[in-house]
Amino acid sequence: MVEIPEELLRRSAEAKAKALGLPVEQVLAEMKGEKPPAEAERPAEAPPGTVPVPGRDPSEQVEAIMSAPEEEPQPEAPQPATPTPSAPTPSQEAEPQTAPAAETEPAGAAVATAVEEEEPTPPPAGNGARKATLVEPRPVAPPKGAPEGVRTQRLLTVVKARAIQQVKAEPADKVNTWPHLMLNEFVALLVMTGFLLILSVILQAPLLEPANFNLTPNPSKAPWYFLGLQELLSYFDPQIAGVTVPTVIGLIGFMMIPYVDRNPSTKPSDRKFAIMLYTFFLAGSATLTILGVLFRGQGFNFSYPWRDGVFFDDLKDWIHFTE
Amino acid sequence: MANGDGRTGLLERVQEKTTELMDRVRGSQFVESVLRPGSPFKKGYTDSPRNRSYVIMNNVLYHLHPVKVKRHGVKLSYTLCLGGLSFFLFILLTITGIFLMFYFAPTADRAYADVQALSTDVAFGSLVRNMHRWGAHLMVLTVFLHMSRVFYHGAYKPPREFNWVVGVILLLLTLLLSFSGYLLPWDQLALWAVTVGTNMAGFVPVFGTQVKFALLAGVEVTAATLLRFYVLHVLFLPFIIVIFMAVHFWRVRKDGGISGPL
Ligand code: HEM
Repeated sequence: MVEIPEELLRRSAEAKAKALGLPVEQVLAEMKGEKPPAEAERPAEAPPGTVPVPGRDPSEQVEAIMSAPEEEPQPEAPQPATPTPSAPTPSQEAEPQTAPAAETEPAGAAVATAVEEEEPTPPPAGNGARKATLVEPRPVAPPKGAPEGVRTQRLLTVVKARAIQQVKAEPADKVNTWPHLMLNEFVALLVMTGFLLILSVILQAPLLEPANFNLTPNPSKAPWYFLGLQELLSYFDPQIAGVTVPTVIGLIGFMMIPYVDRNPSTKPSDRKFAIMLYTFFLAGSATLTILGVLFRGQGFNFSYPWRDGVFFDDLKDWIHFTE
Repeated sequence: MANGDGRTGLLERVQEKTTELMDRVRGSQFVESVLRPGSPFKKGYTDSPRNRSYVIMNNVLYHLHPVKVKRHGVKLSYTLCLGGLSFFLFILLTITGIFLMFYFAPTADRAYADVQALSTDVAFGSLVRNMHRWGAHLMVLTVFLHMSRVFYHGAYKPPREFNWVVGVILLLLTLLLSFSGYLLPWDQLALWAVTVGTNMAGFVPVFGTQVKFALLAGVEVTAATLLRFYVLHVLFLPFIIVIFMAVHFWRVRKDGGISGPL
């Protein structure tokens, strides 16, 4: 017999004593086999709510119990010959009764603590289902000298859900993902593919002369999404425009938005300031980018596209203001 | 339709046989084993609320979508499908990108000629290259617009703060993916746009020069930079962005699905 560490035994005895309302010492003594159990027991009978399957691995059963509240209706399972009216036929609007509400954590979910023991602990009579559950041991007696490290899990303590987690689910107006969302997505996908195909047939991607380290084009422009920054670089010191704006304000600043904006409301009328700031940002970056793309010519100097032409090679083949 | 002498027409017989064959195929053990219960392609699928749940729940789709979503979230006007389109563009870019990889060698003496040959020697080469290039620009745009949509909805507020942070990283990765791809055609546009772009990285205080050196594999753009950007572009960055996308989608669901209604 494998020695059970004292503190484990004690912990399980404490839990059991609390559940049964008995003194800890007495339960501990019972567990150690020093005293006969105080109460009559239902030996090895599973409490209601659990269905131990003989021959299945006990650890699997632990899982089965843990997941029991979210068990999905399995159509493969043998069904009664006549259709039962209680079969889950969720209406489109109502939440299905059986678990398809998979997003909300099941209210009955619980933490299960398995304590390793050799001898089956008697189930606490009466309060089985809710507080503690005994999983029937493997019907085959465990081999005498079980190899090191191989232990079977027997005692399962089920803690009430409310004690350890917040259940925040609220009733919401929901529709089935299939077909309602999937159909929208499919249409969006087709439209996008079509759009990209047509665009790619009409517009040829640019390919200029081969790279030449000795010939710097005038002007040299970054890709368009960095042109706003390049534009800033022409006004400010590079330390500000090249570093402070993109990394500090751009990246870190943006990541901090949810932690800086403490206003809990999402109503536009309550967030006028935030919306104004973001709109400034949008307008600003759009202006800078358009300036960089269209209004910068030789030497990155200001130029009018209709007078001096467009210096932007990405759009080389399709924007012509001057001939 | 039966014709004059009581025999069925050829067309009808073909139809009958086809239906019979299809039923045999769909009822076969192999097809049965491939399709999970509730699949709309399964024999005898009927449109019932229960089956609508199974279509998602019993399929690989369950990794992306819950069985039910909030009604207002389905409205096109709420998300404008921008997040979904960003993801879809990423998929399209992966597919077209793999195609391009077959015809491209990331070396200074071959890269340019290889890209040029796409337009002359490769079937659909030009089309696929165009799709890859414009798709990349579009993705930068959709990701940016998606971020703006999220901001205007206040959808970054608790409990979604962290998903916004993940989103900002996704935006950065999208920009880096696009930027690293920019160098690969190895033409004047590529060379000098990347030179200008990486010069900005050189202004980073303290490690500026080191950052630039690591990016360029040297002090300026060289053939070594081409290989470096290629590996970043086809392997490293896609790998990282997929991980962050997985977290992003997971958090959309775990944070209670789409935000709102306003
Ligand atoms: C590669 C880039 C990205 C992809 C593929 C992506 C994908 C998605 C998808 C599919 C959704 C579901 C709702 C929707 O379609 O709007 C979503 C939601 C969300 N995304 Fe993104 N996203 C990306 C980048 C970003 C960025 C840059 C941000 C913000 C900085 C962001 C923040 C969010 C937030 C906060 C939500 C939850 C919105 C809500 O609940 O209404 N994402 N994302």
